[in-house]
Amino acid sequence: MSNAVSTLNGASFEGYVRVEEQGLVGMITLRGDLTSKALAKAVKSATGAAMPGQGEIASGDKGRVGWMSPDELLLIVDHAAANDMVAALTKALAGEHALAVNVSDARTVFRIIGAAAREVVAKVSPADVNALSPGQLRRTRIAQIPAAFHMIDEETAELVCFRSVGKYAFDLLKDAALPGGEVYL
Amino acid sequence: MLILECPYCGVMADETDLHGDGEAHLKRFGPGSSDDDFEGYLFMRKNPKGVHFERWRHASGCGKFFHAARNTMTLEVYGTYLAQTLEPPKAIIDAVKAKHPEWEGYK
Repeated sequence: MSNAVSTLNGASFEGYVRVEEQGLVGMITLRGDLTSKALAKAVKSATGAAMPGQGEIASGDKGRVGWMSPDELLLIVDHAAANDMVAALTKALAGEHALAVNVSDARTVFRIIGAAAREVVAKVSPADVNALSPGQLRRTRIAQIPAAFHMIDEETAELVCFRSVGKYAFDLLKDAALPGGEVYL
Repeated sequence: MLILECPYCGVMADETDLHGDGEAHLKRFGPGSSDDDFEGYLFMRKNPKGVHFERWRHASGCGKFFHAARNTMTLEVYGTYLAQTLEPPKAIIDAVKAKHPEWEGYK
């Protein structure tokens, strides 16, 4: 099998916050009935995380689980473990109306690190980023592309977008993080 | 700026996060219907100055369709509700009537 390569190969930018591409991150889209006990159990055994509530992201020892829509979850896991996890989920959900797909190589993940991380994300998105506390996930857009982001802590934001627009997202975040572009600092 | 609450996500999404999809609660007339019914379904749309019911899609969020009751003149929003309804729920009708007692009602 060919080597998996992330969109920007871990590129980073040092502005008034640091923007870095996260390299290879495992991601699984899981669709199904989120109220189903079997699905909650399968998610728990795959990632160790409990079922997140509306607009939340939960953490477990093997990964994180984000609530994407009333019938969709995003599992953020180790890249190497994603294929096995999809197989385990598919097996556990055999009788359910559910689908798990490995989308690791269809996405790009960024971290925005610094005291002004919220400000930089807020510049490019219509969402109320200041109201977003750690543990909440917001699916919205950045400039012209769809993206989802959440705060890992008060000074670190993690942003997920499609791989095809990864370069656009990086250029956009770089531009928002240019020194001299500070709004409140 | 128009801000609507997505009833599926609970997110206050502004209109750039959403996509407007025209009039709500259209009844489809397909094969076997009369030409007049089919024409009405395809082309005839309300265009009120005032209370209006619309379909919206939370395009860059959860991707679900939902309905919104709003005023086309004042941009006031009376409420949003799930897409799985054939007509506006009572709570929405009441909210509109509270503001506009003279409103002739849905239909």
